[in-house]
Amino acid sequence: MSETELQNAGARRVRYLAVFIGLAAAFVLLTVWNINSGSVHISVGDIARIIFLREGDDTQMGIVWKLRLPRIIAAAVLGGGLALSGFLMQTFFGNPIAGPFVLGISSGSKLFVAIVMIVALRFVSYISSWMMVVAAFAGALIAMGFVLLAARSIRQMSMLLVAGIMISYICSAITEFLITFARDSDIVNLHSWSQGSFSGTKWDDVRLFTVIILVCFAVVFLMSKPIGAYQMGEAYAQSMGVNVKRFRVVLILMSSLIAGCVTAFAGPISFVGIAVPHLIKMLLKTAKPLLVIPASFLGGAVFCLFCDYIARTAFSPVELSISTVTALFGAPVVIGMLIRRHGERG
Amino acid sequence: MGDYYFRTSDLAVGYGGRTLIRDIDVRLRAGEILTLIGPNGSGKSTILKTITKHLAAIRGDSFIADASVRGASYRDLSKKLAVVLTERIKGELLTCFDVVATGRYPYTNTLGLLSPEDRDKVREAMERVHAFELAERDFTAISDGQRQRVLLARAICQEPEIIVLDEPTSFLDIRHKLELLSILRSMAKERGITVIMSLHEIDLAQKISDKIMCVRGETISHFGTPDEIFREEIIGDLYDLENGSFNIAFGSVELPKPSGEPDTFVISGCGSGIPVFRRLQKEERPFYAGILYKNDIDYQIARCLAAGVVAEEPFRPIGDKAYTEALTLMKRCKSVIVAGVPIGDCNRRLADLIKEAETLGLTPEGGDVSLS
Repeated sequence: MSETELQNAGARRVRYLAVFIGLAAAFVLLTVWNINSGSVHISVGDIARIIFLREGDDTQMGIVWKLRLPRIIAAAVLGGGLALSGFLMQTFFGNPIAGPFVLGISSGSKLFVAIVMIVALRFVSYISSWMMVVAAFAGALIAMGFVLLAARSIRQMSMLLVAGIMISYICSAITEFLITFARDSDIVNLHSWSQGSFSGTKWDDVRLFTVIILVCFAVVFLMSKPIGAYQMGEAYAQSMGVNVKRFRVVLILMSSLIAGCVTAFAGPISFVGIAVPHLIKMLLKTAKPLLVIPASFLGGAVFCLFCDYIARTAFSPVELSISTVTALFGAPVVIGMLIRRHGERG
Repeated sequence: MGDYYFRTSDLAVGYGGRTLIRDIDVRLRAGEILTLIGPNGSGKSTILKTITKHLAAIRGDSFIADASVRGASYRDLSKKLAVVLTERIKGELLTCFDVVATGRYPYTNTLGLLSPEDRDKVREAMERVHAFELAERDFTAISDGQRQRVLLARAICQEPEIIVLDEPTSFLDIRHKLELLSILRSMAKERGITVIMSLHEIDLAQKISDKIMCVRGETISHFGTPDEIFREEIIGDLYDLENGSFNIAFGSVELPKPSGEPDTFVISGCGSGIPVFRRLQKEERPFYAGILYKNDIDYQIARCLAAGVVAEEPFRPIGDKAYTEALTLMKRCKSVIVAGVPIGDCNRRLADLIKEAETLGLTPEGGDVSLS
């Protein structure tokens, strides 16, 4: 290898390392910050004692273990999942502004979860988290099915997004309709959830979604190689030996499962799926899946921890819905990206 | 099928179950170059896509070293066959090195990390197409010619036995066309890589290919060596050349002859007539040319452009028949152009013809008569 090539390779490695270290540091910082702030302030020393030694005063123990910690894990894992799901959909459609929210996948999940909650609660007294996940996954797949149908006849990428947004509106309309005619006690649950929130996460839920999302993450990470090939275009991917048909099915299933799982536990959350992978690519200056997949996951976690912190504390004791905050920070990123891309072409 | 490295048998191609072209039977030895020629939309790409398994064959199959393409897994196929496609590469934030490195895909580990040997092969492939200096450049920021070379390097470092290229020379200027084709040529001859491609430039196809396939209509109209295929009627039929013609000797394409009654007679020889013929053709003045030996370079172009050519067999003195014919035609004209022709023992009678023209008062316009 020539000297300049070595230098460039070295510079690139330093950049990758810096991004990962920066994200990890932000993650730790935001986690601590999230635990110690809120209506009850807990010092860092107390936090360490409560978490690692499991000792401290009962109220603080309760707040950390029952409220803040599960919520933080939810924000981190589900946020990472959202970014991952967004990245997969962008890869699949070859479209940088595809994502679970804009394509209506989240709304499909929301609709199915709402149906299960309202209808099933009439017959059974308790709905397990598993059922929610299954319903959300089914809803995600069905919404994805409609998007794919639209994609077959619509070649233009902006029109595909319009189709997704329409699907999203239809699903939301039906969900609203169901909520309007549901019994009051159900609505209370449904309303905050349907706006998107990490609050009220239980440890049982944490276990379930952490397992699902982390397994998905591992599978996706191991798919880095074919994803990289697929980024070059279908025909080239196939000529490199990728079984494109099978690959596409797996991609759809993984992205829908992740999006559905996130929606089942936190409701629909906007813009994380688009903004985070884009920011990560800009930081890394590469689109190589081997780097972008873990960095996006970590980035999604950091982004959602940050947004959840704002949602929780900005107008305390009133809590904002998480989507309000993610949209506030995510949408400008997306707009900036669109302007940049358009500028490049024009 | 013993000797043949690549063959198709009873292959039928098309889209959505509808047959476009059938009865494709091609046989190639290792290291041969097959070029598909034919008008736009004739199905060249469809055939190529079927060979590369991007499209399912409607009937029949192709065989690489006697292994069925239809039955091969994509993974196995990728170690034998590489492609250069017309569609744009979608990837973002890729350097040219990255693009070429994707050719190593079939050989890298589960995560797709490049080994030092892989890097060497990428470098080698890029040097082979004179593109290594582009390694660090953004793939979207290079010229068309550079892009085709990088894509060819990508195909080369996939270490295929056969490369399929769909119109690799489109959008390239003449220098880059020649460069690309000579790289292909040397790869085929030195490494025994079989090349199958489509070309629009039939003149280049004639010169680079070992085999030519004419694609038009429902079947392959012709398949054979360039010598067999490059005949005026075959090429004329293939492309419906009602306007203009294809010159076999030069592989050049000529615009149609000017129509109407000729009023100019051109006397030339040894290439001096070509610029005159072209000028008259551009001015849309029909003309006669003569007396030309059939091995004269002027004769080749005159045949395509002149309303009539008076010709004589090579290396013979100009006979009475040709002389009388030339004189008759000349008398119908208003002017005679003498484009400069060396006069020797055989064609002495040309000097008589020129004198005759002066006597008739058909003042020579343009060039001098060089009597030697």
